[in-house]
Formats: sequence, structure tokens, C-alpha cells
Amino acid sequence: MKTLVWVEHDNQNLKDATLAVVTAAAKLGEVHLLVAGKGVDGVAKQAAAIEGVGKVHVADDAAYEHFLAENVAPLIVSLMGSHDAVLFPATTTGKNIAPRVAAALDVMQISDILSVEGADTFTRPIYAGNAIATVQTSDKKLVITVRGTAFAKAAATGGSGTIEAVSGEGDKGLSTFAGAEIAKSERPELTSAKVIVSGGRALGSSEQFHAQIDPLADKLGAAVGASRAAVDAGYAPNDYQVGQTGKIVAPEVYVAIGISGAIQHLAGMKDSKTIIAINKDEDAPIFQVADIGLVGDLFKIVPELTEKL
Amino acid sequence: MKVLVPVKRVLDYNVKPRVKADGTGVDLANVKMSMNPFDEIAIEEAVRLKEKGAATEVVVVTIGVAKAESDVLLTARAMGADRAILIQTDDEVEPLAVAKLLAKVAEEEQPGLIILGKQAIDDDSNQTGQMLGALLGWPQGTFASKVELGGQGVQVTREVDGGLETVDLKLPAIVTTDLRLNEPRYATLPNIMKAKSKPVAKKTVADYGVDVAPRLKTLKVVEPAKRSAGVKVGSVDELVEKLKALGVAK
Repeated sequence: MKTLVWVEHDNQNLKDATLAVVTAAAKLGEVHLLVAGKGVDGVAKQAAAIEGVGKVHVADDAAYEHFLAENVAPLIVSLMGSHDAVLFPATTTGKNIAPRVAAALDVMQISDILSVEGADTFTRPIYAGNAIATVQTSDKKLVITVRGTAFAKAAATGGSGTIEAVSGEGDKGLSTFAGAEIAKSERPELTSAKVIVSGGRALGSSEQFHAQIDPLADKLGAAVGASRAAVDAGYAPNDYQVGQTGKIVAPEVYVAIGISGAIQHLAGMKDSKTIIAINKDEDAPIFQVADIGLVGDLFKIVPELTEKL
Repeated sequence: MKVLVPVKRVLDYNVKPRVKADGTGVDLANVKMSMNPFDEIAIEEAVRLKEKGAATEVVVVTIGVAKAESDVLLTARAMGADRAILIQTDDEVEPLAVAKLLAKVAEEEQPGLIILGKQAIDDDSNQTGQMLGALLGWPQGTFASKVELGGQGVQVTREVDGGLETVDLKLPAIVTTDLRLNEPRYATLPNIMKAKSKPVAKKTVADYGVDVAPRLKTLKVVEPAKRSAGVKVGSVDELVEKLKALGVAK
């Protein structure tokens, strides 16, 4: 089987999310990559260096700079004559584009796969991860999004892919990029961090969220996350949200502070290797999944912990 | 401008899903079913557009069991949808087939905007809106946290992994809702009573001539590996020791 992997990048650097998808694709067959963007020579070179990749298709066009699904999907469809499967990371970019490709190919997409069980069979979470379904497709072509935490990352170096320019129809004239507010942070990215410190509604305010969570995260070299309740209340920005509808994370250590442990939050973090919970309610559901729990007032515990580390 | 809002009837948000012992799926017998929460946000957004004078009519459509008429479609009308379409089927319909049916409805209804939930909380597919965009050849603003209608287009602010992104779309367009787009109103009892007189057109899948045969076969459904509760420590000092043992603290 020939697979095509969507390379996640920001026109300058290849993002780690790509590497887990390469691992998933390699279980199906030969791995080709697609780098679509503007001024992406550097990204194409990084892509070609990923271990085990074959061809790297590069579509360099202003119409692809912001990965608008209306423009990018037809490009991918045009490459599917010579590929049997296309795989995307289950990021907001991947989730935006993949179904548009699937419908154009008359294929039922398989979302957020956790494992490859065979050439046509995959597992995927349903009901916020409260159940795992094994599904078998009858479609001739495969369109798949991949949960990054479920696959090991392919090595970013050691490969010798061949770069090949491709072109598509460019701008379809349906949509234009108007701007972005992308958070800049010195901290590691949530989805690839080894340690995450997450805050919940118990923090009570945006000021307290940052006053309590940020120093501890800095001490641990951790990324900062938040529960949906904390984001909805405005204590933390949306890109911090961990959960069913936010980001799915699986760090080595996840520290949940003032988070009760709603089903939809657990769905986003319960594959973390070690979960540590700090909560004043000893019956909070978070303690049912936590490896290490400490019951008490976070406003006393967190400063003391930060101090002692 | 007409706004079309497709909704899905799903296991209620507050009910913990239970996997059936025979591994064929999640038990939906005798449990509370409700409108998918993201779809409530879609209805709310459409009704607000009408209240602002930007939309003239809000039409809600669902594909599912007959009972939807008296629960989710009633809720939608009580929230402010003007009329409803029920495409009745007892079978599970996959996102691709749903999108094909909705494309047919869109051809008939000619809406200027279709607002959908970004994903249903049962199958968590996150596909239908984007697929509908492809089938109709319309632009899409997915995971919306803000929707602003202008003269010939709509500006959508999207929740993306790194923060927020804004796109300008030509009309007609597709919008899929994220959590923070709005806070849906409650369907009050008086509005529920009044909603009963708002029309519901009853259709069947066959009326649209769409092949809805599933492409995916579910071989089994199992519970995820369970985590067991660990230990509780009694003090911050003990927690520091544990963190040191894990190698994340010096």
C-alpha cells in the first residue's frame, strides 16, 4: 500500500505531530509525505530526513500558506490517484482538512485512530474514550486521522526521502485567511510535553490561575494545561484546554490542580504515564485515576510545593 | 437569509456510557437521549442571527428515529427554530451519508449558512460539516468561537491548536461550532408548549435517493483499559519525594 502523510508545519519548521503519523502510516505500507505551504524548502528538507520516508511531495504556493481546507483538499485529492491511503495528525489542521478530502473521494473517514490492526482495520475511541471501537472499512481508499499520543514518534533524522515538486489548482476563491492570534510561549508544547501542570475551576480567577500554575510549571519545565471549566470561565485561553474536545495529551507526568475530573477532561489525559492530583475534595473523580493524590487546599499546597522543588 | 441547522440525537451528556457485555456497542436502551451539546450551540447561534435581523428563517433538520420529533426537534423549535425536518431512519447513519442527505436538503432549502456542531459526543467523528462543505463546494469555518456576517460573506474566528485564527468565507458557507461560541438558552416550558405548533416535515431516507449503506463495520466495542486509583500522600514533602523519584524534580 502507498500512503500519503500530511506534514504539519508552520512554513518554517516541521511539527512533531507529523512523526507519530509516519509511524502509523508505516504500518500500512510505503510512506510518502506531502508538504503544502509557502516558502517551504526548509520544511521539505526536514521532512525528507524523517526515517523511512520515500517521496516528499512539495506544493509551494501562496494559496496553501494557511492550509485553507478549500484550497488544500483538492490538491490532496489530486494525489490520491497514486496513493491508497492518506493520513493526517488529529490536530485542528488535520481535522479541518481530512473530511473534505474524504467526501470528495466518496470515502468514510476513520477518525482519531489508536492502532492499526490490519490493512483495513483500526481501533478508535468513541464516547470521549469511554469505549474503544474496532472498525473495518470497505472503502478502496483510506482517509485517516491519527491520535498522536497512541503511536511512537518516527525518528526525525536518518531518512533520505526524495523531494518532488507538485502543483494543484491553487486558490479556489472561496475563503481567505484574515489573521491569527497564536500564543507565543517559552514553555514546551502541550501535546509533546513530558510534564504538564493543569489547572481547573478551583483556581477561581485568571490571576490566580497564572499566579499558582505558572511558577510550578516553570519549576518542572512543564507545559500548562487547563480543564474545560477553567477555559469556559475565562481563567485560561482556549489553546490550553485538555479534554474530549480540546487537546489529547499523554505526558510522563500530569499534575491536575483543582480539577475535579469530569469525564470529558479524563478523556484528554488518562493515558498519561503518571497522574498526580491535588484537590480539596477527597471524593473528586480525579482521584480514581490519579497515581498520587494529595487532598487539601491548593492555595496552600501549590506555593509550598513550588517553593520546595 | 435562511439558516439551516442539522442536529443529532445522542446519549445525554451527563450519562456515563456503558459498553454492552456482548461487545457490540454502547447500551442505549432506556437511557436519556438529548441534543448533541455542540448542536445546541449551533441552534443558539442561528436564532441569535435571526434576532439581530441577519437571518430570516431558522430551519432545523435531523436524521434519526421518529422519537426525535418530540425531543430534540421540539427542543430546537422551543429555542427558536421556525420549522423542522425529520429524515426518519432507525439505522445508524455514518457522517458521509449524513453529509450526502444534508447536501440534498441544502439543494431544496437554499440556505445562506449551514451551522453544525463540530462533533457529536457519541462517535466523536468531527467530519460532517467539512464533508458537507466538500459536497456542496462551499467554504467552511470549523471550530468557530465567533461568527460575524458581513455583506457578501461571513467572518469566522476559529479555535485552533495554537490559539485563534480568523477566516473570511464567501456565502453560502458552512460553520461548525466550538464550545465558546455562545451559551445556549434553555428551552422554557411555555416555549416548548408553543413550539408544538411549529411545523415538522417528515421524510424518509428513501425520499432523497441517497445510498446510506455503511462503509465501516464495527467489529467490536470494548471498555478502555482501566486505571486504578493510586496512593494518597499526606504532605507536600511526601509529594516532593514522589516527584523526585519520578525524575521530574531535582
